[in-house]
Amino acid sequence: MSVYILCLVLFCVGLHCVLRKRNIIKIIIGLGIIEYAVNLFFVLTGYRAQGRAPILARDQEILNMVDPLPQALVLTSIVIGLAVTALIVAIAIRIYEKYGTFDITQIRRLRG
Amino acid sequence: MTLPIFVIIPLGAAFLISLLGKRVKYVADILANLGALSLFTFSLYSIVSISTKGVIVYKMGGWMPPIGIAMVLDGLTVFMLVTVNLVSLVVTLYSVNYMQKYTDKWKFYTLFMLMLAGMNGVVITGDLFNLFVFLEIASIASYALVAFGTEAEELEASFKYAVMGSVASTFVLLGIAILYSYTSTLNMADMSLTLSRGASGYLVNFVAVLFLMGFGLKAALVPFHAWLPDAHPSAPAPISAMLSGVLIKSLGVYALARVLYNVFGMNIVFSNILMFLGALSMMVGVLLAIAQFDLKRLLAYHSISQIGYVVLGLGLGTPLGILGGLFHLFNHSIFKSLLFLNSGAVEYAAGTRDLNSMGGLNQKMPVTGATSFIASMAIAGIPPFNGFFSKLIIIFAAAEAGRMGYAFSAVVASILTLASFMKVQKLAFFGTLNESLEKIKEVPLLMRLSMIILALICVAGGLLIVPFFRTFLQSAVDTLLSGKSYADAVFGAIK
Repeated sequence: MSVYILCLVLFCVGLHCVLRKRNIIKIIIGLGIIEYAVNLFFVLTGYRAQGRAPILARDQEILNMVDPLPQALVLTSIVIGLAVTALIVAIAIRIYEKYGTFDITQIRRLRG
Repeated sequence: MTLPIFVIIPLGAAFLISLLGKRVKYVADILANLGALSLFTFSLYSIVSISTKGVIVYKMGGWMPPIGIAMVLDGLTVFMLVTVNLVSLVVTLYSVNYMQKYTDKWKFYTLFMLMLAGMNGVVITGDLFNLFVFLEIASIASYALVAFGTEAEELEASFKYAVMGSVASTFVLLGIAILYSYTSTLNMADMSLTLSRGASGYLVNFVAVLFLMGFGLKAALVPFHAWLPDAHPSAPAPISAMLSGVLIKSLGVYALARVLYNVFGMNIVFSNILMFLGALSMMVGVLLAIAQFDLKRLLAYHSISQIGYVVLGLGLGTPLGILGGLFHLFNHSIFKSLLFLNSGAVEYAAGTRDLNSMGGLNQKMPVTGATSFIASMAIAGIPPFNGFFSKLIIIFAAAEAGRMGYAFSAVVASILTLASFMKVQKLAFFGTLNESLEKIKEVPLLMRLSMIILALICVAGGLLIVPFFRTFLQSAVDTLLSGKSYADAVFGAIK
């Protein structure tokens, strides 16, 4: 149970980082933390106590293995997270070229 | 009919365009238009095949569906496919001339086709995690497309959109993780079966809230709407048309409706929440729109308001309400993309988006003026046009369900919409010609053609509720109304 609570704490740290920080690089890091918290949670849902890796071997009988599907799904979601992060970092670099700052309170040309 | 074709064609087109687009002239234009045309043809063909064969399930890689990934073609899917591919065909036609002013047009088409692949994938998939993957493909392509001009405002809007969009996606993923850990399946039909064998109400409600946040942000419902008025006006006009016309609907409204109706089963709590959010979006969107003087920003706020109508209709849960909601979804995708294409045409010819520096454009741009007049009347709900019928159905449905307050707010929002578009017409297209606009010309042929096509659909759109054409809408309504027997339909089609 405590591991799920730690997962929630990690999620809240990320959310705090996205909502409260002024530096856009820190916001991007916060997004990464949120993603990792959710990925961690997803992997944990497939865990069984004393479970072994779900690898089929010829001469072994598998009695107690963890669920392999969340692991496969999390791999996909990590790749998606990488794409999002790469794109946002590229946008952040362009924003720095245009505005000369990473401070989100000074990047405010859109109004209304 | 093989269903993956709706994903393969745009993905293949994106690949070929990125490979050849830089080297061979015009190949990007031709490939994108051919791709969009063939997708539209296939989606029209799918209307025929669903009416003869019923629900079609494609087993990806030959694996049986609860284990493998399934693609499902049912009434709602066909309806969304036709809407998405119709708008995208018109928009690619329009982009041929409009995107000339940007460098690297082939990059635009590559991203556009990726976004289209994501949207078609979201609509056609029968697997919840697969839906998430396609949702992310469409979202990432749209973040990049919003920033396509790489001006300061565009980058700012794209950053805002990307941060909010990826937080929303994580909520969706969290919801999927919780559902998977409870049901041990990812197939939506199988999930619905497992949940109906007795799920704890807390779990379903918690996941429903997560999905409401995630998909609601993609659909720009009011508490989650802050990104839309920045992102939609900043994108190039064809992309604004795609984003407002179909992206918020296929990623937001469709996904939300599919999950709430067919996986969880609709109940009175979800229904009340959806109706409240819909009515709130309707009023807030139109009140914020009425004060705007930037043409595209005004249109973006109206998107929020019109999405409110769709969600109100879907939230009512009665057959008439769902019919009105889905009909309005189709109509809105037509007239809102037309309005954004009009604003793009004005920007192309006159180089401005500010309503105060326009005036008398009807004299110089008759086609743009006439089509935008038709679209404005359609969005405001003036009788012969399509918007009138769908709004009328929604208002009747709300009154029939005894929700007089919601019916009244729908009428008020409609009047305010009319006022707001009277302002647009008066300032931009009627009146005396602004002196600075003496030398402008009407836009090129392909742009005019695409606007005329959409205007014709606006005029003829009301015919969709005539009994002969009604099966197209009615089969989508029946899919949602059938609720949890969606699972029986899918498993019945596998055999």
